Amino acid sequence: MIRFEPRTNVSSLFALALPIVAGITALALAAIPIAAAGGEVFAAYGHIFKGAFGSKFAFSELLARATPLIFTGLAVSVAFRAKLWNIGAEGQLYVGALAAVAIGSGAISAPSYIMIPLIMLAGMIAGGTLMLVPTLLKTRLGADEVVTTLLLNFVVLLFVQMMLEGPMKDPMGMGWPQSEPMTSAATLPKMMARMRVHWGLVIALVSALVIYIMMKRSVWGFEIRATGENVSAAKHAGIPVTSTFIKVGLISGALAGLAGVSEVAGLKGYLTADISPGFGYTGIVVAMLAGLSPLGVVIAAIFIAAVFVGADSMSRAMGVSSYIADLIVALSLICVLISSLFVRFKVRFVNPKKTKLTAKGDA
Amino acid sequence: MPETETVHPLLSLQNITKIFGDLVANGNVNLDLHAGEIVALLGENGAGKTTLMNILFGHYVADEGRVMVRTSSGTLVDLEPGAPQAALEAGIGMVHQHFTLAENLTGLENIVLGTESLFARKFSRSKARAKLQELMQSSGLEVDLDLRVSKLAVGERQRVEILKALYRDARILVLDEPTAVLTPQESDSLFNTLKLLAAKGMAIIFISHKMAEVLGASDRVAVLRGGRIVADLPTSQCDRHKLAELMVGHAVQMAEREPGNPGEEILVFKGVSAGEGRELIENVNLSLRKGEIIGLAGVSGNGQSMLAKVLSGLEEPTAGAVTLGSQPLKANAAAAIQSGVARIPEDRHHDGIVGAMSVEENLVLEEIRKPAYQRFGLLRFNEIRKRAQEAIKAYDIRCSGPLAVSRLLSGGNIQKIVLARTLDQEPAIVLAAQPSRGLDVGATADVHRRLQEARDRGAGVLLISEDLDELFQLSDRIAVIHRGHVSEPMASEELDKKQVGLMMAGHSAKGEQAA
Repeated sequence: MIRFEPRTNVSSLFALALPIVAGITALALAAIPIAAAGGEVFAAYGHIFKGAFGSKFAFSELLARATPLIFTGLAVSVAFRAKLWNIGAEGQLYVGALAAVAIGSGAISAPSYIMIPLIMLAGMIAGGTLMLVPTLLKTRLGADEVVTTLLLNFVVLLFVQMMLEGPMKDPMGMGWPQSEPMTSAATLPKMMARMRVHWGLVIALVSALVIYIMMKRSVWGFEIRATGENVSAAKHAGIPVTSTFIKVGLISGALAGLAGVSEVAGLKGYLTADISPGFGYTGIVVAMLAGLSPLGVVIAAIFIAAVFVGADSMSRAMGVSSYIADLIVALSLICVLISSLFVRFKVRFVNPKKTKLTAKGDA
Repeated sequence: MPETETVHPLLSLQNITKIFGDLVANGNVNLDLHAGEIVALLGENGAGKTTLMNILFGHYVADEGRVMVRTSSGTLVDLEPGAPQAALEAGIGMVHQHFTLAENLTGLENIVLGTESLFARKFSRSKARAKLQELMQSSGLEVDLDLRVSKLAVGERQRVEILKALYRDARILVLDEPTAVLTPQESDSLFNTLKLLAAKGMAIIFISHKMAEVLGASDRVAVLRGGRIVADLPTSQCDRHKLAELMVGHAVQMAEREPGNPGEEILVFKGVSAGEGRELIENVNLSLRKGEIIGLAGVSGNGQSMLAKVLSGLEEPTAGAVTLGSQPLKANAAAAIQSGVARIPEDRHHDGIVGAMSVEENLVLEEIRKPAYQRFGLLRFNEIRKRAQEAIKAYDIRCSGPLAVSRLLSGGNIQKIVLARTLDQEPAIVLAAQPSRGLDVGATADVHRRLQEARDRGAGVLLISEDLDELFQLSDRIAVIHRGHVSEPMASEELDKKQVGLMMAGHSAKGEQAA
């Protein structure tokens, strides 16, 4: 029989090791479906690794893929720290992208040192405003933000499709439902010639640093942590809990909005309704793997991106479906959730074959 | 087998050891329990009483040692560790401090819950009712079994819990802090029942940290200190001082009441109403002067939490007004702190500290926006650290340092964090809600000293408590809250505990039943 006993204290090394172990476990578990799909397991891992780190191009792809994940991971981690369950990073990403396109595809013409901050600001405002709605519904009416943020994703996605089929459709787009392209002034430059990795990555890294400092060193971060850990004690101590939630909602939504900006302005150059293969949802995995730490988000995002990029290349080389990547990501989340159980509890194996006594059971 | 009742115990705990991390919760505990006796398990908070009982009942598994129960044929048999079901089957009944009743079911349903087979085609209410009728008569535990538990008073819920144990043919009854929620009169009646049950051959063990009830109700006292049994002796050989010394390990200096020196009025409740149900207060009029302690007595759930919330700025009164000095009190916690109200919350784990944050963070929780601790929105770590080190020293907060995780501290040390945080702001008014609840003798004395110091400095103190000893020891005047109504405070010299006890149960000061 297995028993769980609460741990009294957890060493930080142990807490650090867990997400790593969870990631490795998830990779190892993926061997089963790879084998089932007829792939050579070790060769498959080799291809995944090579596809992610094997060349300058592969590495550039990996970083390009990690960029939006850093943004959405940060968005989720900030919100979850306050126990504001923002499941809507996906929708916030799309409105961010929509705002960037609305401003950056020719409506305003200005030099890029004005355009780029401008589209970033627009994306942040759009994402933040979208997240403000569920946050206010929560603080005013007690509506569960898990439900409201999640459902808003679908509303936003349909809205984006409507815009791309209608008012924002590119007349030069050969009938494809896509927006007009970003002007070159509103495009984030590439970091290396002929590679897809762009300056959005730097913005993402700076954001991670800013969020880290905010959480660790600022009064806001202090109040966010206090609110998240014990909302009633925070309220009792005079911390403005409602405005803290609103702040968190705005920051979280803004970060997710930046993911959208960075994708249209850095990578794609225009908006389509499939610009995000679930970056918002994967951001949840990233944040959980990172233990909600802003700097950990960077590492977790790179890991998840490596799995995606590597699995793509593995699937091309071996004919195993690249859905394996989604599987590994999902397994990582499950492993990390299970491992958080080990952080809180000690597992003991008990021998069930012990004398059992009943009141009537005479010896 | 030719064993006799007196020599051979019904229950025997042998060499029980339980270790949590570095903490020895129980170390080599030996305790026997015989049929027909009432044993009091006395000890300070954190002495390991509840852990021991949880091992006995199978909620925890001991690291070492065995729990043995005598079967009906007279042999001692090991009780399966970690299996409450086995404990139940062996005839052990437990009444937890926090009742384990389903509020939406009736008393009867709660009692039979879990005793009927899942596959029984129908359960025979009348049989259960007949058995319970008999039990109620023989034990004197009268309660309306057809009322939903949510409609029952606390004392009645406890009776349902005890009946539940009796219904399962318990031979051994364990009660964890049974009087914590009862009025003095209800406690008396509980102990009469227990004596009756013991006389019928039951073995009873109750956990307590109140010496008066231990001396009054038990046959034998086992004192736990630091997880070990330091004394196991007949109650007749004990007195208050001896027990206090055994519990704490050294002689204890109890704070003596010194009369305050009341000045002008600084806090006035005028016709204040708020909340509803168990959280209702209605037309409360109260005035607190500088340099005095007003004790507010009452059984929990009579509105004192709401009164505390209003004064803490967490709840807006639906009628009436609260005035601080000459300013009206705003319904805003930060504003209440700003205007000099120090609040010691009733539930310190829930409202007092953020458990996951460090000691130093909790010490500045209320003042984090003050320029002393932040500049341009960035925290001043050095100042925070300095403040924490000062407070840890001044208040003797036992922890590994300013960075210790607060959750892992003992209740007494957590309360010291709250005291340091609130009282060091030199408040004009101190609201102390159940400030010594669950604290050991030493920590309680400390809390009392701090409250007296605040009063001597000129603060007005509103002390909300259920503990009459505490109230009489500290208060200059005492008022009683019952169903949301607060009586006119009277000088404590003019009152006695019996009178206050009756008022807590709803009688007026003169003794007749109030409406």
